[in-house]
Amino acid sequence: MSSDNEKILLTEKKNGVGIITLNRPDKLNAFNDELTFQLQDALKEMEKDKEVRAIVVTGAGRGFCSGQDLQSRSIAQEMGQRPSLGDSIRRRYNPIVIKLRRMEKPIIAAVNGVAAGAGASVAFACDFRIVTEKTNFIQSFTKVGLIPDSGATFILPRLVGATKAFELMLSADKLSAQEAFNLGVVNKVVAEEDLMKEAIALAEKLAAGPSKAFGLTKRAVNKAIFHDLEELLEYEASLQEIAGRSDDFAEGVKAFIEKRTPQYTGK
Amino acid sequence: MVMTMTYKNILTSKEEAGSPSSLNCYIGIATLNRPAVLNALNHELMTELVAALAEFDADESVRAIVITGSERAFAAGADIKEMCDETTVSMMLKDRLATWDKIKEIKKPIIAAVSGFALGGGCELSMMCDIIIASETAQFGQPEINIGVIPGAGGTQRLTHVLGKYKAMELVLTGRPFTAKEAHELGLVNKVVPVELYLEEAKNLAKEIAAKSPIAVRLAKESVLKAFDGTLAEGLNFERKNFYMLFSSEDQKEGMKAFLEKRKAVFTGR
Repeated sequence: MSSDNEKILLTEKKNGVGIITLNRPDKLNAFNDELTFQLQDALKEMEKDKEVRAIVVTGAGRGFCSGQDLQSRSIAQEMGQRPSLGDSIRRRYNPIVIKLRRMEKPIIAAVNGVAAGAGASVAFACDFRIVTEKTNFIQSFTKVGLIPDSGATFILPRLVGATKAFELMLSADKLSAQEAFNLGVVNKVVAEEDLMKEAIALAEKLAAGPSKAFGLTKRAVNKAIFHDLEELLEYEASLQEIAGRSDDFAEGVKAFIEKRTPQYTGK
Repeated sequence: MVMTMTYKNILTSKEEAGSPSSLNCYIGIATLNRPAVLNALNHELMTELVAALAEFDADESVRAIVITGSERAFAAGADIKEMCDETTVSMMLKDRLATWDKIKEIKKPIIAAVSGFALGGGCELSMMCDIIIASETAQFGQPEINIGVIPGAGGTQRLTHVLGKYKAMELVLTGRPFTAKEAHELGLVNKVVPVELYLEEAKNLAKEIAAKSPIAVRLAKESVLKAFDGTLAEGLNFERKNFYMLFSSEDQKEGMKAFLEKRKAVFTGR
């Protein structure tokens, strides 16, 4: 068995609570292919496991998840491959978002630090968000010439309204823990050292509750505001495919790797 | 609940329709029951199903029929293992699909209560029914193209009748499964309900129909199906004759009298 610091995803189960920890702390838990597939599998397992009645998703180290691992993507590009972003999203990210929303168990994101790009999208797709004072959310996609994906264009406007969502998505500015709380995006801001204690306490309380009613409540809310989730995720993937073919995206990734300001042309 | 004959691959039961209470009035329920293979439709199962349906059809107390599977699968398809090594000639000589055709001869309304997979033969079986109630988790499709054949129990015809050429062509040529929601939007499914309630919904609908005049229900079903068969003029003519014919029934007298007397009709099927 590999030791915990070799595994990029950790799962445990205690008192009816399933805990999933993204575990690439040196990369701020960025999503490479393997991590997205492992997260899909872990969510599927916990959905099936009747003993698990509430779930906590968190990250190891100082970040929650910095989103897509651009380094792993730029390596592929340097090797002359032009990965289809639409396909990548359909295979890797959309199944995660669908599972987080459709699974009829309460899911708490314990956002222990920065949640950027798809990392923020995953946190937004959960049912609860508990954060620390150091947490911030960044819709960083447009920084490299992409559109927000993994459900962000669908879910974020429903959390904060279209006006604020546009601002966050087009500016790619950090949304601080306090501001996120004021906007109603997070349930609670706690001290860093209390985060897991608080998240697990909430999860255990939920796990001891009427799980069938909680599940049906989630189903009803999904029907009310996330009815077209699958269709919109598919549409978002198509638009990301278009953005992924743009000159601006190529320039954005190049500038990111070269640590310079990108020169966008709008093409 | 009254149990009827027992079979190996299906369960059958009768449930009181409850209305009108004075009459001996039931719905018949046939449950496909090969859970280990997600209700794959082999010859034995289809033979039993056809026999059970004929039994319900002959039983005057049964007014409507529900066919269902399990929450996971209505029927995941025909039994591929059974067909794998057949040849054209052996398929023609055995002509096992002729068994399926007997479902067409059932006079009473059949409601499909579909949850989970309704693929290939499962999709075709649901389309042979008169009304389809689906759970939100139901998944329809004609994936035969993926194993080098085409639908053989009516899929290319019934799907096209309902969806039109272009949508049917796409689904038959790609074999792509489609959700209950999509099936509903396409007009293939009457109603989509949460998975916990699909069977109850189908039974309630069957019971609602069970309270009507059985002779009128029979001619109504026959007349609607006539629309798929022949010209509009023939269909209209057929409908008109059936309409006139119902005036020789006691149920017509009772129904119209009850309407004028502002009371609920009690139909006897005479």
